[in-house]
Amino acid sequence: MNLYQYIAEALFFAFILLTFSGGLLAVRSRILMHAVLGLAVSLLGVAGLYYFLGSPFLAMMQILIYVGAVCIMIVFGIMVGYTPTEVVSRGIKGKNLVLALGACISTFLLLLVALNRATWIPAAVHRGDFSLAYLGKSLLYQYCLAFELISVVLLTAIIGAIILAQDKEGGHF
Amino acid sequence: METAVSHELVRMVIAAVLVIAFVFLNAMIMGYLERKISAHIQRRPGLMEVGPHGILQLLIDGLKLIGKQLIVPKDADKPLFRLAPLLSFTPVVLPLIVIPFGPKLQVRDLDIGLVFILAVSSLNVMAILIAGWSSNNKYSLFGAMRSVAQNISYEIPMLLSLLAVVMITNTFSMQGIIAAQNKIWFFIVQPVAFLIYLTASFAETNRAPFDLPEAESELTAGYHTEYSGMGFSLFMLAEYANMFVVCSIATVLFLGGWRGIPLPLGDYGPAIWFFLKVYGLMLFMIWVRWTYPRTRFDQLMNFCWKYMIPFALVNLLVTAVVVKLI
Repeated sequence: MNLYQYIAEALFFAFILLTFSGGLLAVRSRILMHAVLGLAVSLLGVAGLYYFLGSPFLAMMQILIYVGAVCIMIVFGIMVGYTPTEVVSRGIKGKNLVLALGACISTFLLLLVALNRATWIPAAVHRGDFSLAYLGKSLLYQYCLAFELISVVLLTAIIGAIILAQDKEGGHF
Repeated sequence: METAVSHELVRMVIAAVLVIAFVFLNAMIMGYLERKISAHIQRRPGLMEVGPHGILQLLIDGLKLIGKQLIVPKDADKPLFRLAPLLSFTPVVLPLIVIPFGPKLQVRDLDIGLVFILAVSSLNVMAILIAGWSSNNKYSLFGAMRSVAQNISYEIPMLLSLLAVVMITNTFSMQGIIAAQNKIWFFIVQPVAFLIYLTASFAETNRAPFDLPEAESELTAGYHTEYSGMGFSLFMLAEYANMFVVCSIATVLFLGGWRGIPLPLGDYGPAIWFFLKVYGLMLFMIWVRWTYPRTRFDQLMNFCWKYMIPFALVNLLVTAVVVKLI
């Protein structure tokens, strides 16, 4: 292995660490703002992993959309309601702890089985073709389903925002 | 093989040092020019004390800011408060990697250069948000919230106007976009997109007439009210570097990048043209800042959602039809 490969390996593990620690912070932090920033860090790590999977375009889109827009919208929502010192949740206790642990472990095992059974196809080789025509075709032909599903998620978010913003008593805006 | 590796590493280190040095130099030049030009617009001499016509003032200011104590407010969120200035600095330095200063003078020509710049610079808002929130100060929070609302809104027409150009060039590579302008510069082909981009870039850099996030008369200094010393100056550095990035995108996409009348200076000729164009645009931004009053927030939002986005969409549609027909 030459120096480059060492650096690449180190970066790969750094991204994994970033994803995990960000996720942990997002789940465990008692201050809402820290939790969202943890989520942002985790998503940045995922963007790095996309890059390692040979898809720099997807990595950039991940940063642009998830870190740059979605997280900022969440932070915006939090800023309206909380001050820095305010602590929100109290952690999990008793029966809930057992249930949570059980759910986590069973999901982990399920995923482990699936991962073991799967045959891995190596990531597509970076083709260097980032013309609009190519991107449009792959989004609307090859990955059409994923693309449309993401739109459904966004639609749900918009509807949720409208419901939250609605006037509770009158039922209109 | 071993030498090739070390060459590439050395190249990266040199590029990183040069880019950071350039950010500091740019802030010094722009700080001086801004104070001097604003003074002359307001009919006063401006900086005169340190050096001839105050030319060394910014150097002294830099030393003063480095020497100052960093004050963290008592109820602030300390780790985030310290992190925010660094965070604001990073996303404006990264785009300099893909900006083509000349045909060869570029750190890296990525295939997705333009997307890279837009993705990375969208993180800037995050830094402003963290700064405003962690200060635990009403003015900072208001400044940060205004900044986010404004940045998110104006990002849409900005991206739409850039997309119109990318539709013509069919590439995101910065050098590729410049190469596509060998016959005609795109501000002639895409005048609407150019205007929309310029207007949106004022909002993106939080500068007057859209400088509501740091409106002095109502918010003291907006999101960086509580920062002192280097914390404050990192925000200033980031603001000027951001101006530079925004203006160089405008130069690359609409003004032909490093193209110009050939100068007898070899590889430096195109770089001189590039800097002339970028600093021309930056001087234009300073000129506008000190000429027009600040808009109201509802005017700002209405202008974006009711005029700029529809115009940008129509422009995109027309461009798409024309590109398809030709």
